[in-house]
Amino acid sequence: MKFNRTLIIGVSFVGFSCFLALLSLVWTPFDPLEINPDISLARPSAVHWLGTDENGRDILSNIIVGSRATLLTGVLSVAICMLVGVTVGVATAISPRWVESPAVFGIDIVLALPTVLFAIVLAAVYGPSTLTAIVAIGIALSASVAQVTRREVNVVLLADYVTAARSSGSGTWRIVRKHVLPNIRSSLFVQASGACAIAILAESTLSYLGLGTTPPAPSWGRMMASLQQFLLIDPIFPLWPGLAIVITVLGFNLLGDGLREALDPTLRASEETAVDDELRSASSTGTTNAGSH
Amino acid sequence: MVFLLLRLLPGDLAQAKLGIYGTPEALEQLRAEYGLDRSLPAQYFAWLGDAVRGDLGLSVLTGADITAELLNKATVTLPLIGIASVIAVLIAVPLGMLSALRFRKWDGIGVSVASQLGIAVPTFWVGVILITIFAVQTQVFPSGGFPYDGWADLPAAFQSMLLPSFTLALAQGAVLMRFARSATIDVIQQDYFRTARATGLTRAQALRVHGVRNAMVPVVSVLGMQISTLIVGAIIVESVFALPGVGQMLLQDVNVRDYTKVQGTVAATTTLVFVVSFLVDVVLGFLNPRIRQR
Repeated sequence: MKFNRTLIIGVSFVGFSCFLALLSLVWTPFDPLEINPDISLARPSAVHWLGTDENGRDILSNIIVGSRATLLTGVLSVAICMLVGVTVGVATAISPRWVESPAVFGIDIVLALPTVLFAIVLAAVYGPSTLTAIVAIGIALSASVAQVTRREVNVVLLADYVTAARSSGSGTWRIVRKHVLPNIRSSLFVQASGACAIAILAESTLSYLGLGTTPPAPSWGRMMASLQQFLLIDPIFPLWPGLAIVITVLGFNLLGDGLREALDPTLRASEETAVDDELRSASSTGTTNAGSH
Repeated sequence: MVFLLLRLLPGDLAQAKLGIYGTPEALEQLRAEYGLDRSLPAQYFAWLGDAVRGDLGLSVLTGADITAELLNKATVTLPLIGIASVIAVLIAVPLGMLSALRFRKWDGIGVSVASQLGIAVPTFWVGVILITIFAVQTQVFPSGGFPYDGWADLPAAFQSMLLPSFTLALAQGAVLMRFARSATIDVIQQDYFRTARATGLTRAQALRVHGVRNAMVPVVSVLGMQISTLIVGAIIVESVFALPGVGQMLLQDVNVRDYTKVQGTVAATTTLVFVVSFLVDVVLGFLNPRIRQR
């Protein structure tokens, strides 16, 4: 695997967010929940580097602790969507046509339902919480993972070495384990990274709308929503949580792009198929679904 | 699916509505009124039959006609989505082409970086920043809300629509731009493009004559795929700018658990997504006859 610039930038951004999350376990500048009305809405200063919110809570501490909810949602929903998506994708690819067609139709239906809309419906039923958000995001994203996986598996199944394995007596499961999964592994990494970016955007959106992480646990999306009310006093307030979200999401997107470039040596050689690449990248990282959050 | 999910709601609707004063007889009567005493499949098909005919039923909380309310709110949301799509295309296609033509020069790279950023930036953050610049600092546009008279007050309505549309367009435009860029790269590597250049056309001329239509095919198909994200984006943007549209209504209904309304709204939006994908296929057929023949 060759490192490229995109990958390095991606890794460092993601690393920065992970560092914040780990740091929050051992140290924060102040207690993120400590209320101090005397210094409410303070401007950034030597003591409170990023200022304080309307209750005098230190914004920097809240952002550091908020990274936990964000990364946790990202990682867990990606775990769900990869588990469900890859299982469904492989299963539909190796199953007979009369199973495959309805399954593909089902995947298309889930794809048509936007992630955040699905999460909103789930929140309506089970009440807003981090868990609802994780499950909703995970299930919604698994459809696109299943779609891409199915396509990739179908390509591998047509390869000569699979025919050779089959004719030498390997069963379906052995072929899946020995040939299919190792061959789609790099694509799965790329998908996971892209899905993580979408999941984090979706989580912050849900929290912003009041349907994600519940108070008092700090979350970047909810910080945005509450600090937005004080724009008139000082427009700098909502800048910080937004910046934190952008760095993390950008990091995962670049990580996905960089991985794709590093793991797929044919990519840089051929620029003739730019659209195909873009489409593949978009569907594997789900960019077309990411657009607005 | 939406129907089933919402039917899993804990609690009895009739009980909730009548509260502690509900007598058993009154409860029975209310259940019969909403058809809750029938079996689940029977309820579903009754609802589906009405929905196909454009009747989404009545709100369980206010008793208002859901279809009428949805249509009323859509007069805010649909123009928002429409204007945003137009702005997104107007920004994305020229910039995408520019970045393709100059893809190893600094301005081309700059455009690509900007589109990467645009994809990663949350819509609500863009909205807040635009409010800060154009509504708080310079006060050119209102920071939110919609005129009481709606579209009857055209200038005011348009003015309050502009910032939200821009917000929505930026995120969509960023995605679109990547596709416009790669589509253009594809076109300028084709033989027919080289032939056109050989006949003496400049790059820009050749692109105008031969490139735009070919490059539009992936752009249109992506625009079609984006309709579902546009709808979610509209929910967020309406929330940021306090626009009284479908998204705002949906969020309120979720909070008060008006399940027939949530059900109707989600069903209507999902249908819209399917209809738009179908229309996009038709448009693609016009742009590219090869697709039509298949």
